[in-house]
Amino acid sequence: MRELSKLAVLGAGHVGPVIARLAIKAGYPVAIATSGDPEDIALITELIIPGAQPRWAADAMADADIVVLAIPLSRFLDVDPMLLNGKLVVDAMNYWPSDGVLGAFEDDGSSEIVARRLTGSTVVKALNHIGYQELEDRARPAGAPDRRAAGVAGDDPAATAAIAGLADRIGYDPVRLESLRAGRVLQPGGPVFGAVLTRPEFEQAVREDARSFT
Amino acid sequence: MTYTFGLDTFGDRNSDAGGKPLSHAQTIRNVAEEGVFAEQVGVDFFGIGEHHTDYFPMPAGDVVLAAIAARTEKIHLGSAVAVLSSDDPVRVFQRYSTLNAVSGGRAEVILGRGSSIESFPLFGYDLADYEELFEEKATLFAELLKGGPVTWEGKTRAPLLNQDVVPHTESGPFPAWIGVGGNPQSVIRAARLGFSLALAIIGGPPDRFAPYSQLFQRALEKFGRPPLPVLVHSPGHIAATDEQARAEFWPRWRDIITLVAAERGFAIPTEDSFDRETGPRGALYVGSPDTVARKIATNLRTLGATRFDLKYGMPGLTHDQLMTNIELYGHEVIPRVRELL
Repeated sequence: MRELSKLAVLGAGHVGPVIARLAIKAGYPVAIATSGDPEDIALITELIIPGAQPRWAADAMADADIVVLAIPLSRFLDVDPMLLNGKLVVDAMNYWPSDGVLGAFEDDGSSEIVARRLTGSTVVKALNHIGYQELEDRARPAGAPDRRAAGVAGDDPAATAAIAGLADRIGYDPVRLESLRAGRVLQPGGPVFGAVLTRPEFEQAVREDARSFT
Repeated sequence: MTYTFGLDTFGDRNSDAGGKPLSHAQTIRNVAEEGVFAEQVGVDFFGIGEHHTDYFPMPAGDVVLAAIAARTEKIHLGSAVAVLSSDDPVRVFQRYSTLNAVSGGRAEVILGRGSSIESFPLFGYDLADYEELFEEKATLFAELLKGGPVTWEGKTRAPLLNQDVVPHTESGPFPAWIGVGGNPQSVIRAARLGFSLALAIIGGPPDRFAPYSQLFQRALEKFGRPPLPVLVHSPGHIAATDEQARAEFWPRWRDIITLVAAERGFAIPTEDSFDRETGPRGALYVGSPDTVARKIATNLRTLGATRFDLKYGMPGLTHDQLMTNIELYGHEVIPRVRELL
């Protein structure tokens, strides 16, 4: 079996450390970065994300195959798109109008807008719809009867398949959605946001949602 | 190890026995009664959280705390939390320093960055700036607590040059905590600025916060500070039996979380999620005194914390139900937890 992809997790707030821990447990090499000096998160990494490597964001992204964006969407505009050229990018962010209205995110699906800005990257929407409080507690090995589903949406089938593989290894039944547009069902206010459903429940909720037909 | 036990409220709007909401004014008077009663049943701390909504009409909790101070002797009184990001640190310090004066040294303050966000538009702040606002204002607050003249300059308020800020405290700084909801960088900040750590655990398994206590103590060492206490703040409701507590709390919790879910990113509660949150792996302390006491004891131990603050009440519960909750907490839960520990 070939080696697992190298992950860079951008963000060491609520969400980033949770995704990083799950990925480390699944065997991925993981670097973690914020907008600042890796020295500032050295202690956090040692105690909260053991096994991860704190790095400068530019270095972490340069060496990674997969970059997970786990920063507030309002900070996304500070990320230099050039640093993500050629990368498979997992958009785990969510748009909350209350976080200060960001004009750019008012109309379309937030990941579609992220993808439009990251022209040199392949963007997949995933890991945004299960609460960070629960993401680790609900993870189960493949085949467990109470395993839950994780939606994975992207315009590029190979990239979507790769992230479906990541979701599977960290403990969720991946449910693939064939486009970022279809991934709008994963957003806040959508039928599966925060719900933590089994695969059949998840598929039914998505089917019954009007957004699936647009 | 000395453990202390508190009660927190957000001024959750009461209903009468028929389910009709009481006025904001009556709810506020009831909170004052509840605070006085908390001392009578042996609770160590009574906290009021700042909110600005119809269901939590509690924007000036310090005024209510002053009313409670006038009618009590021992109980500590504080914010839980004061939304520092959208307030002026000088005013917050002055209000709680004044409370400290009228209460004879019983004031505390728990500062929050803004999990509850309605104060930002109300006072003309942009929520997108909440990190910078809190960082600057918490830094200034730490300076104010020291008690001497303050010199400070930043982007979020006018500079201070060798400014004497009154009233002075009689015996050093009053206890000051930063409330943290699970962001490890906020834990580091509390340690860096020398605040005690208040872990607000309102959803999911409490034990995921255990490394945060350790992170806090290690960060204090790194910054050359002495060890400081950790408290746990979590919601709950106590009644005579598990069944009664759940029956009273569930519809209120469902309604309020559904209401705030859209704006704050919570999942819509289901009976299944309620079962999880009230079970041993969840964040809610709902049940009989014995059930709640066991859960508190377990989690204080797991989390390396020495204080537990129960956020009691929910909009729509009656004042009588809240008084029963307080009585059971003081007379049964607290002694039982002390025994278990």
